[in-house]
Amino acid sequence: MKRYFDIYRSMMKLSILEQWQYPVANYFYMIGMIAEPVIYMVVWSTVANQQGGVVGGYTPGQFAAYYIVWTLVRSMNVVFTPYGWEWRIRQGQLSMSLMRPLHPLHSDVAYFAGWKVVVILLWLPLAFALTLIFKPDLNPTWIEIVVFFFAIWFAYLIRTMTLTLIGLVTFWTTRVSALFELYFAAELILSGRLVPLSLMPAWIQDFAWFFPFQWAFGFPIESLVGNMTPNELLRGLGMQLAWIIFGVILVNIIWKFAIRKFSAVGG
Amino acid sequence: MKGIKLAYNFLRIGILNEFQYRANLYIQILQTFIALATGLIGLQLVFSQTTDLAGWSQPELLAVLGVFTIMGGIIGAAIQPNMERLMGEIREGTLDYALTKPADAQLLISVREFRLWQTVDVLTGFIILIIALNQMQWAVNLWAVFGFFSALLMGAMMIYCFWLIITSIAFWVIRVEEIANLFEGLYAAGRWPIGIYPNWLRYSLTFLVPVAFAISVPSEALTGRLTLETWLGALALTVFLFTVARIIWSFGLKNYSGASA
Repeated sequence: MKRYFDIYRSMMKLSILEQWQYPVANYFYMIGMIAEPVIYMVVWSTVANQQGGVVGGYTPGQFAAYYIVWTLVRSMNVVFTPYGWEWRIRQGQLSMSLMRPLHPLHSDVAYFAGWKVVVILLWLPLAFALTLIFKPDLNPTWIEIVVFFFAIWFAYLIRTMTLTLIGLVTFWTTRVSALFELYFAAELILSGRLVPLSLMPAWIQDFAWFFPFQWAFGFPIESLVGNMTPNELLRGLGMQLAWIIFGVILVNIIWKFAIRKFSAVGG
Repeated sequence: MKGIKLAYNFLRIGILNEFQYRANLYIQILQTFIALATGLIGLQLVFSQTTDLAGWSQPELLAVLGVFTIMGGIIGAAIQPNMERLMGEIREGTLDYALTKPADAQLLISVREFRLWQTVDVLTGFIILIIALNQMQWAVNLWAVFGFFSALLMGAMMIYCFWLIITSIAFWVIRVEEIANLFEGLYAAGRWPIGIYPNWLRYSLTFLVPVAFAISVPSEALTGRLTLETWLGALALTVFLFTVARIIWSFGLKNYSGASA
């Protein structure tokens, strides 16, 4: 246990130092990401205003809160891309990390977790600016803030597991872009990224229940923005944990098969 | 005349090239389908709550989605691949090979790439547009047709100029990919009527990134909203942007010393 703790601490420290060197590139990336929620926010605020101030239980101020918190959750959702696995295999990067006496996934989790620390720091001024412009209606309680803190990190872990899983498909075939596109489209609709899930038709909400997407996106946002009871908040965290555990088990099983398919290239 | 012949030859090579990778056509069709499906779901969600968005009805916004898809196809087929290739060549110094050829450098770097399969988007966009116009019970009207095609052409021209300006910045600053990323985010704003955005965003979408002119103006032409003033404004902005792009490009070129090749 102590060994893992030390490894994670050093790897996170390294990635924090590395990413802190590129604040401008990080910022451009984050600003590019902001266009998407701002568009949704404007569209839905317009609809809410036309409908007398509320649509699907959201006022324009609550939409603003939802989509501003969205930007942080989206940043927490950025993990090693499934497209990257092909590159890793082709470039021989994987051979190198297989030599180390540690599951290669640990370095991904630690590296991106360290990066997240930088991202959160850079996000604060951005959130401040967005708050000034769009005037969100956000009054979280203490328990919501605490739950939110854990929820975004759990979201990060869920998405790491899901994207690693579909990244592992590259071990069998390299024609993966179609599959990934389908996956990302499903995620967009079922996660609460496009609109809060409560605005979706009931059958989509029921359908979304079978996927991890909303626990990596919609739930963290709503834990802070929505008026959830402490009971609902804890149940949400429980669902997140369940998906993380399920994801870890699945990744481990598939990894065992995938690695047999792997023949080293370069390195 | 020589220029047109040159562009035609590159187009032919580009198409022949694409025919080597026919499987990509199926991937492109799937991608177009996914983008279309998410666009339609977004529209459906909005119109399940309201009957109009800032004065635009559902069929009218379907027409906007059509124009958005057409323009996206034009950018993806003819503009973006050329500019991305240029960005890479400036960074690596291989632009020398293009500059030593006996043709206008700007023309040459603008016509070298053509992604035929991306035109699936253009085709799909026109199909959506026809469906939308049918729903609107649209009657053929000469001004609307002329306004639409001329606005589409000017819009594509403006987007090209915008890309060329951004790419020319690569002569001074190496990392411009992030700016390209920013463009993609802002381009998505064109899916909705430009009037719903707050003022500061509307102005940036009109003059900074000419999305408004590229998508909204052609859509306005089809929905009977286009005034002569707007059309003339679009023409003036096209000429202005083209001049600016040409100047910045020539300045950048003077600054280019060939990195390695």
